[in-house]
Amino acid sequence: MNSLSPLLQGFGLACIRDDRSLFSELSFLLGSGEVLLLEGENGSGKTSLLRILCGFREPDAGQVSWCGAAISSSEYRANMAFVGHLDGVKKELTVLENLRVAVALGQANGCSLDEALARVTLAGYQDVLISALSAGQKRRLSLARLLVTAKCLWILDEPFTSLDKQGIQLTEQLMSEHCAQGGMIVLTSHHPIQLTNVAVQRISLSPCL
Amino acid sequence: MYAFFAIVRRDLRLALRKRSEIINPLLFFVLVITLFPLGVGAKPVLLQAIAPGIIWVSALLAAMLSLDSLFRSDFDDGALEQLVLSPQPLSVLVLGKVLAHWLVTGLPLVMIAPLLAILLGLSAKTISILLITLLLGTPVLSLIGAIGVALTVGLRRGGMILSLLVLPLYVPVLIFAANAVEMAQLGLPVMAQVNMLAAILMLACVLAPWPTAAALKMSMS
Repeated sequence: MNSLSPLLQGFGLACIRDDRSLFSELSFLLGSGEVLLLEGENGSGKTSLLRILCGFREPDAGQVSWCGAAISSSEYRANMAFVGHLDGVKKELTVLENLRVAVALGQANGCSLDEALARVTLAGYQDVLISALSAGQKRRLSLARLLVTAKCLWILDEPFTSLDKQGIQLTEQLMSEHCAQGGMIVLTSHHPIQLTNVAVQRISLSPCL
Repeated sequence: MYAFFAIVRRDLRLALRKRSEIINPLLFFVLVITLFPLGVGAKPVLLQAIAPGIIWVSALLAAMLSLDSLFRSDFDDGALEQLVLSPQPLSVLVLGKVLAHWLVTGLPLVMIAPLLAILLGLSAKTISILLITLLLGTPVLSLIGAIGVALTVGLRRGGMILSLLVLPLYVPVLIFAANAVEMAQLGLPVMAQVNMLAAILMLACVLAPWPTAAALKMSMS
């Protein structure tokens, strides 16, 4: 198991935006059951780093690898889920229709859609249009999306934005459970996170001048 | 394959809930064609002679008008990010989106075209040829247009560049299709043009999704 356990590795990463170096020589190693927390001020490059990890951007130096292979492969995309600033749901569709599309695009993991909605306290909202949901409820829906697809690596950009206290607790609980099952999480947050029995690595990004 | 149909279903459902996207190009198509007799005057022979060109140029512009909606809303609400991150091949998903887009914007044009052709005085046989060229040609417009939209979706004001990029690529379709209808009017054989259009459609089906997918990935960064 150990030799096959998933592993996300960044080596010597650098990102340059508009002639400004956001970070350089950044390396990390994330194993099964671990959390990588990116901290830093606004504009310090947290989201840029996440987008590099997603494969949206090429790093200006260094490389990211998943189990030793480059992340451009579809095998990596089969194992990772990304929740960004944008919810990625269609507001003209209902909650259930959106989840079905998410499952069709990924791989179902046996958790039924209703169960997942109940988990994120959206039970009863199945046939409600997204445009009728609040910002926090949309966030919860993106959590439900993580629950119904079998993804090992979660990449979360500010997952606590617009969530209420219970929502934040729920997110933390889901994250702990995910790690306990051998998953791994990369996230950015300005909110202090409390995860039980989880090894949290921190990377502090500071704007280099 | 399952993901392909899921995307088609999703986009059809979205289009049904936002009907203006279907109506707009169709209305434009109908309006432009009905304005021509008013502008040219009561000259049935002249109208008949230029009818193939009128119908095809209007179809082409209507297709251009509808292009922007292909990826815009997905880009704005982040659904495109999720498509790009999906383990399914992006070119297949793109093909699904283009198919759905053609079904809601191209197919209505094809269906209303016979009515407009009668308005311009085309004969029954010519109308059947017109329909064949539209059926073969409008999907090509969507497929080629998708490449242009994918390249410009990241730009805030991509409309102008989009027309410049895409219109030259539409010209072969316009030439072969309008020519086929003209030849049919004269009672000449049109197989060559129709075959050519079919070949262009096959090529576009196979070749267009790849550059579209690559351009979408570029627009994401």
